[in-house]
Amino acid sequence: MYVAVKGGDAAIAAAHRWLAHERRGDASVPELGVAQVEGQLALAVDRVMAEGSCFDRSLAALAVKQARGDLIEAAFLLRAYRTTLPRFVAALPLETGLMRVRRRISATYKDLPGGQVLGPTFDYTHRLLDFALAAEGLPPEAPEEDAADGATMPRVTEILAREGLMTRDAAADDAAPPDLTREPLAFPTSRPARLQALARGDEGFLLGLGYSTQRGYGNAHPFVAELRVGECEVWVEPAELGFPISLGEVTVTECQMVNQFGGSRGAPPQFSRGYGLAMGHNERKAMAMALVDRALMARDLGEEATAPAQDEEFVLLHADNVEATGFVEHLKLPHHVDFQSELEKLRSIRARWERERDAAMPEAAE
Amino acid sequence: MIRRAILKALAIPGHQIPFGAREMPLPYGWGTGGIAVTAAILGPRDVLKVIDQGADDTTNAVSIRRFFARVAGIATTTRTAEASVIQTRHRIPERPLQEGQVMVFQVPMPEPLFRLEPRLAETRRLHALGDYALAQLRLYEDIAQQGEAGSAYNHPVMVAGRYLMSPSPIPGFDNPKLHMSPAIMLFGAGREKKIYAVPPWTEVRSLDFDDHPFAPVHAAQGCAFCGSTASYKDEIVADDAGGRVFVCSDTDACREGQE
Repeated sequence: MYVAVKGGDAAIAAAHRWLAHERRGDASVPELGVAQVEGQLALAVDRVMAEGSCFDRSLAALAVKQARGDLIEAAFLLRAYRTTLPRFVAALPLETGLMRVRRRISATYKDLPGGQVLGPTFDYTHRLLDFALAAEGLPPEAPEEDAADGATMPRVTEILAREGLMTRDAAADDAAPPDLTREPLAFPTSRPARLQALARGDEGFLLGLGYSTQRGYGNAHPFVAELRVGECEVWVEPAELGFPISLGEVTVTECQMVNQFGGSRGAPPQFSRGYGLAMGHNERKAMAMALVDRALMARDLGEEATAPAQDEEFVLLHADNVEATGFVEHLKLPHHVDFQSELEKLRSIRARWERERDAAMPEAAE
Repeated sequence: MIRRAILKALAIPGHQIPFGAREMPLPYGWGTGGIAVTAAILGPRDVLKVIDQGADDTTNAVSIRRFFARVAGIATTTRTAEASVIQTRHRIPERPLQEGQVMVFQVPMPEPLFRLEPRLAETRRLHALGDYALAQLRLYEDIAQQGEAGSAYNHPVMVAGRYLMSPSPIPGFDNPKLHMSPAIMLFGAGREKKIYAVPPWTEVRSLDFDDHPFAPVHAAQGCAFCGSTASYKDEIVADDAGGRVFVCSDTDACREGQE
């Protein structure tokens, strides 16, 4: 006699207990502290902040720990928390030109005001596993402070814009910026909404799409005008005060890509820009974002849009990894009711097909 | 914001209303749209029932019911007759719904045309024009090629003669229950950020042709527990020798049938 399955409640409770046990791992090894994650897995924390669109390193570090290092799960935890927070004011536009720069490179000029600053980068490391790190030795020496620290570093794109060779982005208007988390994307989108979607978009997805534009799918000829990482001051201007006040600093990575643009009847031939900004130190994300941003301008610039990266519905509706992972992984949930109707449908169609085949058989034999 | 979207949806039956879906503590795909709608309409005197695949004790139904019991302090039930709000995934209860009851459907893809036209800017235009030739053509091709409609679940419906609507992935068996129902039917798609509705006593017709009327498939056997031949069935693989047992998918209706 068949007995119906029951006990979902008990199974869930048991699964949660097991998960907590697995998360802790071998109890003879010291537990990982949130401060350790924040300080020593900093780039994982930065990625979670960017995709969770919430600037809080210690919460992001907690999310990484809770998610057992699953960064998409961690971004989701952070977003679910973020959505409960009140929103009291929109900050003034971030002045990245005044950034306290830790790293700044331009691929378009050999030297430029402010200079090239390599900063903490993997770029010229030799990718050889460093077995000394496994030995947990003394901390490395602190880097020397550069005497020239604090020099102004004008944006490279501004140098080109002053010469009239680069399109200038429209100045910020007084209209409140769109908020994707309050108002869903509507197509066709505006650039601010697109940039917002890309900024919280999945690094891997944008990386693949950005890469595709370099390989001919989207006709990109990009140069990194500038990539900078550092701290920017966040200013807000509460209506009741009437003057701006500083809230503190955030670490951001900004990338400005220069691309060719042939010009049109209304606009002279100029460079166009692709823009990428990511919370924390995340160069790959900012660069991929800048490539995709530029690709998505195809419609605005009257270019032919034939590549996936130029299709805003395709790009923006599939870039969010919390949404994507939810829909892909929901296939794990029971679907036996739908499957049952599919099964019965297939049997019915199959029976008709067999009847018709059998009816046709005698003629075929003749 | 969500309540406003629900009111708008009720005012334009079958029309998809965009809303700023928020991240939920449950993942997209697990019923965030349904959870948002349920959370927006629950009052202190409501009694909530949650089903998944027709059953109250499937893991996700248990999880969502527990979530609302915890965060809203709401009374819950497994009995369809006692519930004022019923959140569901993939089924409509067998017991006829009453006036005053609200069904909340979890919807993965609110756009009924998405398999035929994935671009939302384009489907929006088709809805505005009431141009459903794509869906009718697909149905025609299915009938011409395989003798019957190809969709066994999530078969599109025309609401109040105006909008083509996805009934969510319920089996075709449940589609007729939407027609002239005394209950309010609310549909929430969280990831796709859309809400739509069928108000009580609204005409809901499954897409079909006059000479090929909509004919959902029914199980060949009665329920192994309650004997019902009228209910939708789960097919359980009983052994390695091709043995099959059919039982009611709606666990509450089956309990009533056994009593």
